[in-house]
Amino acid sequence: MVAMAGGLTPEMEPTPSMLDVRVWHGAERGEFRHYRVPRRDSQTVLDVVTHIQRHLDPTLSYRFACRVGMCGSCAMTVNGVARWTCRTHVDQVTSDGRLEIAPLAHLPVVRDLVTDMRPFFDKWAKAKGRFQGGSTRSDPVARVLPDTPERRAVDAAIECIGCGVCYASCDVVGWLPDYLGPAALNRAWTLVNDVRDVSRLERLRAVAEAGGCLSCHSHTSCSERCPKKIAPTAGISGLKRACARAALGGEL
Amino acid sequence: MTPARRDTLFWLAQRTSAAVLALCLLVHLAVIIYAVRSGLTAAEILGRTRGNAPLAAFYGVFVIAVSVHAPLGLRAILSEWTLWRSRSQTWAMAALAVLLFGLGMRAVWAVVQ
Repeated sequence: MVAMAGGLTPEMEPTPSMLDVRVWHGAERGEFRHYRVPRRDSQTVLDVVTHIQRHLDPTLSYRFACRVGMCGSCAMTVNGVARWTCRTHVDQVTSDGRLEIAPLAHLPVVRDLVTDMRPFFDKWAKAKGRFQGGSTRSDPVARVLPDTPERRAVDAAIECIGCGVCYASCDVVGWLPDYLGPAALNRAWTLVNDVRDVSRLERLRAVAEAGGCLSCHSHTSCSERCPKKIAPTAGISGLKRACARAALGGEL
Repeated sequence: MTPARRDTLFWLAQRTSAAVLALCLLVHLAVIIYAVRSGLTAAEILGRTRGNAPLAAFYGVFVIAVSVHAPLGLRAILSEWTLWRSRSQTWAMAALAVLLFGLGMRAVWAVVQ
């Protein structure tokens, strides 16, 4: 059932009932291995990986948890594009039955399809992605009206699940290792618009320095690929405007 | 000045100068097309430009925009594509700005004096 790296043997040519799958094995150095996986109705890419791990190669390492697009842990590179695999149907990404599955780009590979997400989340911390309130438990609950511009800006960006698809899709992250990336900046944008937060200026300083929002080229790959349909590019543009206003006002 | 404020003002200056350059280029191209309709000689050019204060002001603005825009853009490219991100890079870009300004103004002066 399992064939090692190399050319396809004749019996491995894709058929309508079988998928021809190449999966990365190893860490930074490694190889793609070939597998044939039965094709099923409504089959997701995560189903394919799970089939390989359970029936063909128990050594395969990959990460998943919820399987319903909530936890953000199963993102991988599928046929060259970063995607959440639990909600990506095979039919969406291949018409000829061939799949190539690799770990996310721009992150260290721990093993096989598992990446080390620490650099990704360290940048959330560097972008001051933690809410800093100014009230105590004795104070009344803050009232944030849903139709204010700030609340609408937060609503548009708050559903991020931290999957890393945007980070892996961003050209600037590849060129500039210090670049905070779309997800961290999107998080900062939600907090800049949170009227309860008291660290606004500190956060703007953090995202205005080298590697911050001003490094974004507005390629919009992050917005194009985000599985939650968030537009980090719009948030980053908002951060640029906020930083510019703060710089002109002498606040930064 | 904090690095955050400096970088943001640089970014703002680059975007603003880009907008100025876009307008200047349109005017520059339109003037070229208009001026060469029936052929053009150096004597004709100088005949129009000498003592022409509006032309000097326009191309002076053009040169200033170039002197601001090009070094800041090159600075961003160098920071992304090379490891030269130190203070010396900023000084080198400042020197480039002065050089571009000097050469540009010299050219403007040469045709309007």
